[in-house]
Amino acid sequence: MGQTISEKILAKHAGRKEVEPGQLIECKVDLVLGNDITAPPAIKEFERIGVKRVFDRKKIYLVPDHFSPAKDIKSAQQIKMMRDFAKKYKIVNFFEIGCMGIEHVLLPEIGAIRPGELIIGADSHTCTYGALGTLSTGVGSTDMAAAMATGRVWFKVPEQLKFVYTGKLAKWVEAKDLILYTIGKIGVDGARYMSMEFTGPVIRKLSISGRLTMANMAIEAGAKNGIFAADEKTNAYLRKVHAGKGIIYRSDSDAAYKRVYEWDVSKIEPQVALPHLPSNTKPVSKCKKIKINQSVIGSCTNGRIEDMRVAAKVLKGKRVHRDLRLIILPGTQEIKLQMMKEGLMETFIKAGAVVSTPTCGPCLGGHMGILAEGERSIATTNRNFVGRMGHPESEVYLSNVAVAAASAIAGRIVSPRDL
Amino acid sequence: MIKGQAWKFGNNIDTDLIIPARYLNTSHPKELAMHAMEDADPKWISKMQKGDFIVAGENFGCGSSREHAPIALKAAGVRAVIAKSFARIFYRNAINIGLPILECPEAAQEIKAGDTLEVNLADGEIKNITSKMIYHAQPFPPFMQKIIKAGGLINQLKSTK
Ligand code: SF4
Repeated sequence: MGQTISEKILAKHAGRKEVEPGQLIECKVDLVLGNDITAPPAIKEFERIGVKRVFDRKKIYLVPDHFSPAKDIKSAQQIKMMRDFAKKYKIVNFFEIGCMGIEHVLLPEIGAIRPGELIIGADSHTCTYGALGTLSTGVGSTDMAAAMATGRVWFKVPEQLKFVYTGKLAKWVEAKDLILYTIGKIGVDGARYMSMEFTGPVIRKLSISGRLTMANMAIEAGAKNGIFAADEKTNAYLRKVHAGKGIIYRSDSDAAYKRVYEWDVSKIEPQVALPHLPSNTKPVSKCKKIKINQSVIGSCTNGRIEDMRVAAKVLKGKRVHRDLRLIILPGTQEIKLQMMKEGLMETFIKAGAVVSTPTCGPCLGGHMGILAEGERSIATTNRNFVGRMGHPESEVYLSNVAVAAASAIAGRIVSPRDL
Repeated sequence: MIKGQAWKFGNNIDTDLIIPARYLNTSHPKELAMHAMEDADPKWISKMQKGDFIVAGENFGCGSSREHAPIALKAAGVRAVIAKSFARIFYRNAINIGLPILECPEAAQEIKAGDTLEVNLADGEIKNITSKMIYHAQPFPPFMQKIIKAGGLINQLKSTK
């Protein structure tokens, strides 16, 4: 029986020839990641194990990004705990503000991720790295602690799903819309405990940035991981970030999938996920009357330079609506710098937007743009759960970058076509 | 054998409902417990008793990887969560920290809010004392039973080190 990319990577890291869905296996990991919410409990658990050193001080990545720069005393304590831990165990990859970024934007950008690797992170959006042909998945803090000590983690081999996208994307339709459309079709548990493999002619044309956006939201369908076969685009990206080559796997033609979905996406419009589930999607043309108070552009889903360029294209020479706040969050320092070089900062500030330092900020209702009772935000983030961006009575609408930018100008949810 | 009252919640109870991110600037179990389920039912924490059960629908614990979610429930005194299904990271985390979870669609469907339940974690038997029904949750694979028996993943690691 043939194997999929995900199965091959799991088998390799478990020291087996092949694996089967449902099997419990123990795998070696290539990288362990934690942030300022999840690392502190992991550090406490790690200390409880009583080992003297971490399994590999170069393979642990600690990125305080959620409440950073520290938003209050408690957050400062959490970040300090990470900093002290990094010092004590001589962990190379600790990212203080000044060189930090949103973890899942930062790691690919600094060349930390390669195809064929197995990566775990104590953050559910660790699945983002599947864009590079990597098997990466979110775990909890205890798993992170155990992996920091042993370099190993247990997995149940997931069942495999395949998604084939055909046709040609219309103007202003982005990778974000493909993944929102997919989640809208299969639901927030449509891939629960499974691997999602993204394929087809539309995917082959998709940029790495777009693939990162799609893989990022695999968890929003409940998946263990989302994965793309590495190709020429991947190789070019890896060269650019000096990541090295990695191992490229392909799914066998006789690999077994639990289900294959095939969609012609030529006719889809930009999608909007209405409160309070990412699967609650509608084409943007059906949302026109929805007034909004805030627009957030950024996050690990859409905080890369390519996203900023799309936002600038829509906002150039325009002003954001006077009843609305537009908050733009570049994913990393590098992206912010590039924005300056390309003049995007000026476009945004002239349009009346606030441009932040890299942080998760409002994406999880942390800081830098919290919603009051009854307020609505459109956001390029990945979750619109109850209270996700602030007050339990506030609402989040998920969209692509172009729609979030256009809506900021209009004060209500619109497509850039309608401006 | 453990006995307690059932609190019912719907499908897709996400980790932001279980413990909102605004409280995640700490990882102290007692502080987290004070806000457990707050955005789903702000009064729940003052109504529930130590030893009670959460009974929910599909995909319980979807969303973020925050271990603070099962920790908050455990520290609040939730004896076990019974659901039709669990989201994958929540499932791992619950086992790793020792919060008992039982996957049993029939029980999750039929149990009503306020029913008194008795659960045997060793064999997964759920007894509804109020309706006199008995259900059987899927047993954990032996591998996970070992982690649970050791009192979580870290304790198991310590014992094998
Ligand atoms: S940007 Fe949002 S989704 Fe991404 S890691 Fe930060 S909080 Fe999580």
